[in-house]
Amino acid sequence: MGTVIHSSKEYVCVMQLHKPVDEDRLRQVVSMFVGTIYQKPPVRSSVKRSLRRKRINKIELLEYTGKYALMIIDCEAGTYMRKLCWDIGLILGVGAHMRELRRTRTGPFNEDKGLVRLQDLAEALYRWREEGKEDLLRRYILPGEYTVCGIPKVVLRDTAVESIVHGATLAVPGIAMIQEGIKRGDLVAMHTLKGELIGLAKALMSTEEVLEASRGEAFKPERVIMEPGLYPRAWKRRTG
Amino acid sequence: MSEDPTSKGKRFLEEIDEFCGSRRAWHVKHDEPTDPKYGWLPTERPIEKHIEYGVINLDKPPGPTSHEVVAWIKKMFNLERAGHGGTLEPLGT
Repeated sequence: MGTVIHSSKEYVCVMQLHKPVDEDRLRQVVSMFVGTIYQKPPVRSSVKRSLRRKRINKIELLEYTGKYALMIIDCEAGTYMRKLCWDIGLILGVGAHMRELRRTRTGPFNEDKGLVRLQDLAEALYRWREEGKEDLLRRYILPGEYTVCGIPKVVLRDTAVESIVHGATLAVPGIAMIQEGIKRGDLVAMHTLKGELIGLAKALMSTEEVLEASRGEAFKPERVIMEPGLYPRAWKRRTG
Repeated sequence: MSEDPTSKGKRFLEEIDEFCGSRRAWHVKHDEPTDPKYGWLPTERPIEKHIEYGVINLDKPPGPTSHEVVAWIKKMFNLERAGHGGTLEPLGT
């Protein structure tokens, strides 16, 4: 989940202006908020209230009635929409506040990719527990591996998996496959040959370096997700 | 005969990337198959493990907070651990 929580978000938001302004003026002010902005989290928020820099990738004004403005906003995680509306109102000089909000995308998860309602889940659980049928649960719950889509990947040989689960650094001989374009310092996802997510690691070597090398430390695990005991212990155990 | 787990695993990894429109070429370092007796293909995990390692693209209803919804889901599924991908205020969906 850690990679999703820090990924970019897209919202659809209704902002209410306290006095009507010219549409061109509104568009002009809204465009001033695209790029890097400073934002202080609102009084009722879940983080420390200190001035933070946040990136807004896109604001699209869909509709404007003179009172309500409907906008699509694509932004960095942790950007407050309520505060954004307030600040737009401030710059416009008429005041504004957020009227309605819907998040339409969290990282790779958007509304087109089969949104699940709570009642769907309840039905799927009932079907599994009372009728022994797993089909609905498997439809509504995706393998957690989907959370690392788009993160460059490295695939481990079966014999290297368990030592990584126990915190060892991944060395070149343990690598089965690697994706193109990894640079030193990049965050990568480590998978088994079956596709299971083992965890996240920091690259100590680039893709090219891994392909050329026959030994050496290549990836340092930062977070392990896989449980121990699924793959064989291939390292030597101390005797005596 | 069904496809071997190594090819299925490779295809699954490509599907994950396609999910967000990402395409990155693969390089093979050690051409080696995986042994079916260890672990599971992510799409073939026993249902309890599938739930434990799963993710839900949930349509949060207006009203409860993200934290409350997570707490309900934990209770529904008897889970010890569950999280969410970002806090939304109670009226957001």
